[in-house]
Amino acid sequence: MNFDTKKLNEFLLQYAIYGVLLVLIVAIAIYNSNFLSINTLRDILMQSSTRVIIALGAGFVLITAGVDLSAGRVVGLAAVLSGSMLQVADYSRRFFPNLPDLPIWIPILVAVIGGLIVGILNGWIVAKFSVPPFIATLGTYVMVYGVNSIYFDMKPNESQPIGGLRPDFTIIGSGSIGVGPYSLPFIVLIALAVSYIVWIIFNKTKLGKNMYAIGGNINAAKVSGINVGLNLILIYAIAGALYGFAGVLEAARTGGATNNYGNMYELDAIAACVVGGVSTTGGIGTVPGILVGVVIFTVINYGLTFVGMNPYWQLIIKGLIIVAAVAVDIRKYISRT
Amino acid sequence: MTEIKFLLEMDNISKEFPGVKALDDVTLKVRPGTVHALMGENGAGKSTLMKCLFGIYKQDTGDIILNGQKLEIHNSKDALNYGISMIHQELHPVPHRDVMENVWLGRFPMKGIGPFQFVDHKKMYFDTAALFQQLEIDIDPNALVKTLSVSKIQSIEIAKAVSFNSKIIVMDEPTSSLTGNEVEQLFKIIRDLRKRGVSIIYISHKMEEILQISDDVTIMRDGKYIGTWNASELTTDLIISKMVGRDLTQRFPERSNVPGEVVLRVENLTSPNPRSFKNITFDLRKGEVLGISGLVGAQRTELIEAIFGLRALAEGKFILNGQEIKIQSPADAKKHKIALLTEERRVTGIFPVLPIVENTAIAYLNAYQTSYFLLDENKMKEDTRKSIEKLRVKTPSIKELIKNLSGGNQQKVLIGRWLLTNPDILLLDEPTRGIDVGAKFEIYTIITELAKQGKSIIMISSEMPEILGMSDRIMVMCEGRLTGILDKKNATEREIMRHATLYLV
Repeated sequence: MNFDTKKLNEFLLQYAIYGVLLVLIVAIAIYNSNFLSINTLRDILMQSSTRVIIALGAGFVLITAGVDLSAGRVVGLAAVLSGSMLQVADYSRRFFPNLPDLPIWIPILVAVIGGLIVGILNGWIVAKFSVPPFIATLGTYVMVYGVNSIYFDMKPNESQPIGGLRPDFTIIGSGSIGVGPYSLPFIVLIALAVSYIVWIIFNKTKLGKNMYAIGGNINAAKVSGINVGLNLILIYAIAGALYGFAGVLEAARTGGATNNYGNMYELDAIAACVVGGVSTTGGIGTVPGILVGVVIFTVINYGLTFVGMNPYWQLIIKGLIIVAAVAVDIRKYISRT
Repeated sequence: MTEIKFLLEMDNISKEFPGVKALDDVTLKVRPGTVHALMGENGAGKSTLMKCLFGIYKQDTGDIILNGQKLEIHNSKDALNYGISMIHQELHPVPHRDVMENVWLGRFPMKGIGPFQFVDHKKMYFDTAALFQQLEIDIDPNALVKTLSVSKIQSIEIAKAVSFNSKIIVMDEPTSSLTGNEVEQLFKIIRDLRKRGVSIIYISHKMEEILQISDDVTIMRDGKYIGTWNASELTTDLIISKMVGRDLTQRFPERSNVPGEVVLRVENLTSPNPRSFKNITFDLRKGEVLGISGLVGAQRTELIEAIFGLRALAEGKFILNGQEIKIQSPADAKKHKIALLTEERRVTGIFPVLPIVENTAIAYLNAYQTSYFLLDENKMKEDTRKSIEKLRVKTPSIKELIKNLSGGNQQKVLIGRWLLTNPDILLLDEPTRGIDVGAKFEIYTIITELAKQGKSIIMISSEMPEILGMSDRIMVMCEGRLTGILDKKNATEREIMRHATLYLV
């Protein structure tokens, strides 16, 4: 009897975030039943897509007991890099006026590699110089914005928003399989594919096991013969590449780019991870948890706007959920000791 | 007024957690001015009982009576106010502040007028100095705590307890990180406290110490009260048999390993740190248990961590099976089939939030890597299952988080981790530290079995009976230097101590 209550409590704590999501949806639906529609679902999934990819990158780093503040700025860098090379030939303000039409994968690859390089830099600073991740990535956050702004300010662009993106590029962000209410946006499929790959890395690879081990107890990881430095560099690099890829998708989705793209996205990503059960002290976190964390925030954004709530109130609710999620998470931890 | 026979009585305390009866009708009666040892294997309920005393848990039934008065204790602050304080095994001082601030933390003497109150540093200094003088503790109240040894910090904690006018001081494994001299120093303080009528509840696994310092001994087993005896009626073997609930015919398993040819030769190993080990040369044979003895500070851990590639070397050679090898990282050591079980299980051993599977397989992941970077999880689980079965790890499943296991079982999982890598040489640093008697015997059996299989073992131990009972040869260190390698036949406690203190003045 007693035992059952404890089990139930543990179960409730474990799955609290799914409950929160359900309560949110039900509450909004009661307020306005039009909320429950296939269009809403598609919109929420679409809006979640790029955020999921950023949050997964942030999750990699958080699970190692680190934090990556550079995420948003890398998104901006990748959006500008890819956008600048993918404008239609007859656009009046081309970033590179004489650039021929490149195969679409080249600019995408360049942008992802840009993110990868920032990630390697992050990992290298953290691993080689033992700079706390918060500080290391704060540094690259500022630097990446500087680099991106210099690029963005080059002649002839001179800080004009990049527009006129090629339709074969923007269709990645806006197109879908099929038409009508039951169509599946490409971007959602891409996010699911990326999530699946990350899930495999987390659960089925040596890198994943090492990531949990480093976050769980970095000293024990060293003693176990894990090359902690190399693994950290790899992890930050993958995270950087994911932000880069998300930046490309942002450019494709919105049909443009500026150096301010992605600003503060890292905070949303970290918040989503934390709400999704990733421990800020490291060693704990799952892909499904991160996905739900992201969706919760999209539901709040979308749903509360849908019912016409003042956006400032939405911020207050978002903040409360972040704090409450961590408080519950910590209780979970305490209850086990 | 009649004289009170017992200063503290914990009568018929029971405490149930979901699924476990942690305390079942336990009684602890402490006479005034005595040292009362509380003994039992890990998991016997000692800490739960103490947590009831400090209000961290509320007992389901039973009373706590101090000085004839029934107490309601809700938290450790209440306990402190009643004159009950505790010296924890792991001390948590504020390292960057000075000694006196640590003593008076939370109750600084103040001076000033009205709302303008400031900390009175002068009074604090003199109060601290007076307190230390009273206890014959020689520490400068202005020293920064981080510059002090563990033993000094412990003395500060004791002084702090005294400053609260504590009548009962609980000491949890107080000697676990003290050297021989420091233990003597501590005992001096304890005897002094006893003279003033303070009672000490002394929790320790070290039998010799218990018999030396305590007046009464209460033994618990599986959450039950076994009994209280006068220390003079007890012997080590008696205590052990009462703790494990069976007669222990022997503390160490029968040994039938036969040391063979030299496997590893270590030549002139010297640390870049001048205060650490220097000029260490020795041979390790196949199927041998080579014990390393010495006092805390002898640099034994530093030495074997250097052999494992965790620490840099200024000089030195490793010759493995006749060939010189380089060991510059744990990965190198693993490649040469060397394994290390570290001393601080929690700090450098376990991954607390990960399941047993991961904790077991982490050092051997290369073996599970299939094509395309994926891991063969079934094989991983299979090996983990075999490992916990072979080493008799008590756990509901291999998915259990390792932090939920007892110390002994955690240690067995860690041994399993390294056995998976199929090492030829095992470096064991205090392999039975903080582990209860029953589990100790099992770990001794495992070590003996490994030696019989032809594996070579280097074992650091600070426990004399353990080092004497388990080693084929005993290497003694003092102040970073090798002072002697004794053969099992002519090794005695005396001889070891003589070598261990050779360079100490």
